[in-house]
Amino acid sequence: MIRFILRRLLQVIPVFLGTTLLVYYMVFALPGDPIAALFGDRQPPQAVIDTLRSQYHLDQPFWVQYGLFLKNLFTFNLGNDFTGQPIAASLARVFPVTAMLAIEALAIQAIFGVAFGVFAGLRRGGWFDSTVLVASLVVIAVPTFVLGFVFQLVFGVQLGWAKPTVGANANWVTLLLPAVVLGLVSFAYVLRLTRASVSENMNADYVRTATAKGLSRPRVVLAHILRNSLIPVVTYLGANLGGLMGGAIVTEGIFNVPGVGNKLYQAVLRSEGPTIVSIVSVLVLVFVVANLLVDLLYAWLDPRIRYDQ
Amino acid sequence: MTSNNSHFVAPIEETPLQATDAVKTDQAPLSLWADAWRKLRRRPLFIISALLILALIVIALFPGLFTSTPPNAGCELSNSEGAPTAGHPFGFTFQGCDVYSRVIHGTQASLSVGLLSVLCVLVIGVTIGALAGYYGGWVDAVLARLGDIFFALPLVLGALVITQLPLFRENKSVWTVVFVISLLAWPQMARITRGAVIEVRNADFVTAARALGVSKFGALIRHVLPNALAPIIVLATLELGVFIVAEATLSFLGIGLPQSIMSWGNDIAGAQASIRTRPEIMLYPAAALSITVLSFIMLGDAVRDALDPKSRQR
Repeated sequence: MIRFILRRLLQVIPVFLGTTLLVYYMVFALPGDPIAALFGDRQPPQAVIDTLRSQYHLDQPFWVQYGLFLKNLFTFNLGNDFTGQPIAASLARVFPVTAMLAIEALAIQAIFGVAFGVFAGLRRGGWFDSTVLVASLVVIAVPTFVLGFVFQLVFGVQLGWAKPTVGANANWVTLLLPAVVLGLVSFAYVLRLTRASVSENMNADYVRTATAKGLSRPRVVLAHILRNSLIPVVTYLGANLGGLMGGAIVTEGIFNVPGVGNKLYQAVLRSEGPTIVSIVSVLVLVFVVANLLVDLLYAWLDPRIRYDQ
Repeated sequence: MTSNNSHFVAPIEETPLQATDAVKTDQAPLSLWADAWRKLRRRPLFIISALLILALIVIALFPGLFTSTPPNAGCELSNSEGAPTAGHPFGFTFQGCDVYSRVIHGTQASLSVGLLSVLCVLVIGVTIGALAGYYGGWVDAVLARLGDIFFALPLVLGALVITQLPLFRENKSVWTVVFVISLLAWPQMARITRGAVIEVRNADFVTAARALGVSKFGALIRHVLPNALAPIIVLATLELGVFIVAEATLSFLGIGLPQSIMSWGNDIAGAQASIRTRPEIMLYPAAALSITVLSFIMLGDAVRDALDPKSRQR
């Protein structure tokens, strides 16, 4: 097990280096001058340009820049953005908000998706199954940003059940509506995956054995059918964390959540290279680590999966 | 009479052989594709989605057949957020343009981005996945890591960075959106292809072809790939819908298609201003988008059911 984790961590390193290098190259090495973008139409004095260039190491060769960036990333010394604010401090402000939003969305899609999927899968072809299946198709087909506006209008403005925008006071309650919107599309996928998996495993021999030896129905469903059906679902949830982060950019924009997505969007519009690469690097790291955790979950879900030969 | 008791089947003269009893040995067995096609033709889900997609393609190719109102020329600010009138069934946008006409004319951009992206993803993903799965070894290791690097970059996140490069910011078009989507989405296709090719590459018919003198690469093209196509086609149909939504999302964020190109994403983004007063302006392009995505998802579902050997017995 330890050896597997080490090997898997070693695989993470080239992926992380490759992705950050890709993003860093795109932001800093392709044609276009971030310093010029900073000043817009005005032409700054040459001395100012030179100072800024050396401050952000833009006068160094590309590999030196990238090396410095990596060094700073691992010492959590991310430097200042183009407005002079320390990047680490602003990231520390926005990350907890997005983490809350993502965890809430993840919980909604995992809990409700699996529960609905199990009920639908156990009675395949029943009225609940048919209703849920059609509803999930509709949810998948409607883009997140349309759902966001509709929910904001209906639940936030017309019914007044939740605050239409989050603003500065982001907590579990105010983030509920954006989290529902963010989690809804993946909820539909989780539901369909669980349903297919459960209805396939329902007639397996081990389920008949479990029923025959007198286990109660809830125990058969939870400990035998569900546990064996979860592997594709967990794989999807891990891989989908990236989609969740992308969706967060849209959702945070609609509901005015002061999170990573909003920050990144602003940084991109202002061509703030250092902020962009810092945020994307951290998000990629989160994504890669989450998928590592999913791999480890496999062994718990299905003990036949062995990591050490 | 004992000898008669053992014979309990009616004599052949009394019950001649039925046509159904006969096994047609002179015909080749139905191939996977012919069988799938026979099954598909009977599925209402497939017929409905195929008809919808056909209609969408006709609308995209000949928008003039469905509306005579030019999408931009007739814009009058006095019509801003106007209610439906005769000849303008969906009303007017914030800028006073005809909503119906814009929805019809927006079909082309959304569909072409989806189709072209899927085509590019198929070319890149299938090539890389097939090479990695078929040759294995260091080729596989290098290509798999390369895929992981792009896979770790979520679509919207990566697109946000790439489209803001000065190179792309200056000349946005359908092709830049297609490029960005394909660049970030090919690893999924490569993974599926790799898995399918690995499943087939050691099959007996491949060994037989090699023994008969087919080159290694020739066996990949002529024997392995055609037999690994099923999951690839299923993923391609499903991804079409995903890519159309991706284009709309990027256009909504202002980093997709430029405002000069009419697309549902741009129209939905433009309708934001009217969401509190006239939400239906957003509803029409959104509904068009959802119907399109839904038809491709239904098509993907139907094709998967038809090609899945496990559902064959049912």
